Amino acid sequence: MTRKRKRLYIVLGGLALLGVASALVLSAFNDNIVFFYSPSDIAAKQVPDGRAIRIGGLVETGSVKRESDGVTLDFKVTDGNTALLVAYKGDVPDLFREGQGVVAEGKLEHGMFRASTVLAKHDETYMPPEVVDALKRAGHWQGEPPKQSSAAKP
Amino acid sequence: MFRFANPNRFMNWSGKLLPWCAAATAILLIVGTYLALFVAPPDYQQGEAVRIMYVHVPAAWMASFVYGVMAASSAVALIWRHPVADIAAQQSAPLGAGFTLLCLVSGSLWGEPMWGTWWVWDARLTSVLVLFFLYLGYIALVNAFDEPTRGARAGAILALVGVVNLPIIKFSVDWWNTLHQPASVFRIGAPTIAASMLWPLLIMAVGFTLFYVTLLLVRMRSALMAAKLRALRLQEFQAA
Amino acid sequence: MAAIAQFFDMGGYARFVWPAWGLAVIVLGGLLIDSVVTYRKRRRELDAAEERKR
Repeated sequence: MTRKRKRLYIVLGGLALLGVASALVLSAFNDNIVFFYSPSDIAAKQVPDGRAIRIGGLVETGSVKRESDGVTLDFKVTDGNTALLVAYKGDVPDLFREGQGVVAEGKLEHGMFRASTVLAKHDETYMPPEVVDALKRAGHWQGEPPKQSSAAKP
Repeated sequence: MFRFANPNRFMNWSGKLLPWCAAATAILLIVGTYLALFVAPPDYQQGEAVRIMYVHVPAAWMASFVYGVMAASSAVALIWRHPVADIAAQQSAPLGAGFTLLCLVSGSLWGEPMWGTWWVWDARLTSVLVLFFLYLGYIALVNAFDEPTRGARAGAILALVGVVNLPIIKFSVDWWNTLHQPASVFRIGAPTIAASMLWPLLIMAVGFTLFYVTLLLVRMRSALMAAKLRALRLQEFQAA
Repeated sequence: MAAIAQFFDMGGYARFVWPAWGLAVIVLGGLLIDSVVTYRKRRRELDAAEERKR
């Protein structure tokens, strides 16, 4: 391999890497840049049934139920204004909890959301458990999720 | 300011500073590791998995910081044609690539148990992957030319073009909704991380920074010695 | 002994926490070794070249 050719290949390799980088940026700038939609977005956008989307919000407190088949998990995802019922078959991540952030991939089906994947989204708070307990005892804990939505209360 | 960047003066002061930097790095990383693994509490949500943070977050900060140094040095090299600035940029690149790789892999190892996925194409993760490719592209480009000055010039331009990625990385979590959570430390208002976790994190971060400074000085000294060696060999060749 | 085992178990997250820290050691250690080895090599080469010159 001549040196010219070698240089050519190295330059092309560098350009290819750059191309990949730019392509990633561009594709991210399109649809992927918003990773998920909130239940209010979904309601406002009139998203058709069957289209693959991601929704995100908080798992509404008291809404998580196991269906009678023992496999399917039902829960509501809320953004404080609108709540959307989600049905999901499969394992949930360790941080999947009531009141915690969640992102679900799947599609709408007759006004509810059938999820194929459920991811947990945690917030930027890091604290030892004792501090949280102390804050809760003192009534200063502000990390609780919004307790809203009429029908969801058990 | 450029007095300190004269190659001979640089060799002089960097040689004196180096042992102190190395000692401080060792102490901070040892203390930081001890605090992170043995003293810091578990998180109320994440439990012991939060200990990945003490590797992931300093690596993430360094990934961006080193790129900033590389871009600033490249600008100095382009505008003032200062050879030591080129060397600073070129010797930063492998270090920055290492920090970025560590950030990506430790983040993946953190994402799987907490989020339930090794990887997602959200704005934060994607922009950091782009940063990694920028480092690799820079290294490839600098070495793609026979004539070192041309490689340095091309690399410097690429480093400056890539600098647009830094604000994207920083603000991706605020501008768009992402799976990655927003900043806990460098944010408007007080940090949202308890002091008992913040202190070990900051000590690790300063340790990572000094580690970078130490290795950058070592590598820049190597590069300057290599340049001197080339000059000596040229003299030998011409004398013969 | 139980305390040690508990520490290494990392609350059940051992297989994520330790690889992350292990990789940190490998990456930082690798950069350190590369930098120091190159430095020593250059130093030797330069000393030899300066010796020849004298």
